[in-house]
Amino acid sequence: MTIPSIVGAGLIVIGAGLGIGRIGGSAMDAIARQPEASGKIQTAMLIAAALIEGIGFAALFAA
Amino acid sequence: MYKISLVKFLTLLMFSLTFTVNAQHGDNEENHGSAMRPEGDIKTEIKEYIEHHLLDSYDFSLYSYETDEGKHEYVGFPLPVILVDNGLKVFSSSKFHHGETLAEVDGNYYKVYHNKIYKTDAQGTITYDEAHDPTNVKPLDFSITKNVFFIICISLFMIFMFVRMGKSYKNGMPTGFGRFMEPIILYIRDDIAIPNIGKKHYKKYISYLLTVFFFVWIVNLLGLTPVGINVTNNIAVTFALAIITYILTTFTANKNYWKHIFWMPGVPVPMKIILAPIELLGTFIKPFSLMIRLYANITAGHIVLMSIIGLMFIFKNWVGSPLSFALATMLGILELLVAALQAYIFTMLSALYFGSAVEEHDDH
Repeated sequence: MTIPSIVGAGLIVIGAGLGIGRIGGSAMDAIARQPEASGKIQTAMLIAAALIEGIGFAALFAA
Repeated sequence: MYKISLVKFLTLLMFSLTFTVNAQHGDNEENHGSAMRPEGDIKTEIKEYIEHHLLDSYDFSLYSYETDEGKHEYVGFPLPVILVDNGLKVFSSSKFHHGETLAEVDGNYYKVYHNKIYKTDAQGTITYDEAHDPTNVKPLDFSITKNVFFIICISLFMIFMFVRMGKSYKNGMPTGFGRFMEPIILYIRDDIAIPNIGKKHYKKYISYLLTVFFFVWIVNLLGLTPVGINVTNNIAVTFALAIITYILTTFTANKNYWKHIFWMPGVPVPMKIILAPIELLGTFIKPFSLMIRLYANITAGHIVLMSIIGLMFIFKNWVGSPLSFALATMLGILELLVAALQAYIFTMLSALYFGSAVEEHDDH
């Protein structure tokens, strides 16, 4: 493990964290506005979060 | 009354197993580190231990310890090794003595080197090329390894459990375990399969979705127990699961699906030509991301959990143990959630891909 790869992985993890945070926050907003659609929102949220998570893990393994 | 207590008992069992896995890992490292080694050594040893934990192996050993005479003692049992090398060679993995000795079968010598079986001469020499990769002959390996053994066990357990559950529906109401599982199965049908695949086609896929959900879930949960060898942190297993999803998507796809890949309707012709290779690549990327996601999530969870337990042996003061115990307990509970979540996401995305494969034109 070299220092640039560690820094790069860290940056990507920060990005992925921000991304998942935004997804979660937006989902909260959406549920607050339309509580009756919470099931659908949760599903969409989980799928989007899973896709971003995949990138994060790819970065971790590349590092 | 009896049924409620059964569910309670199972929940309790699940939780207690998670706690014992921590204790188990802790015990192991304590045994390894007990020989009063310097600090740097313990760090590399913990690293090696984690790497070893994530690997598949040819025998099933619960734990090993060093006796007073400095000999390694292993608690566990050997599994059969099956090699194809000028005919079928079947022998017990106890011949390897946990990788410490050569195995001699019909005049051929085999050696375990970095968890792979190589054919060697009687002295067990391994030759290397420039990149330090062994150049010895690697016979075709169909061994019942630890992971294969566990997959067989879990499959048998699932067949037994679900056949019994299905039979309990003959008298109308399900009994016992069926009542616990029914909501989960209904959830997969009503909230995963039907919305994503559509009412018309979901019946074709529901059996696969249910199987893959329960398989991944049970495997992930058993991976958190001390005896359970985590199967989903072997990339070959998740590869096989993803390949099944890929094959099902590809071979049940209708004309509309292929039209959307090779000749996307509703866009100009130059765009159609650009989109075709991208869409074709996309069909491979989808199962690939399924494979990586499950593998990476479970592996990362285990590495972090074991590193936190390893903290105890690095700190070696009163801060270390409570800290690592608290963190490991929290993470253990989180891992229970991740186990279910990954099974859910795998099923969900599979359903999404199946849905895109059978989508009719007027569904837009």
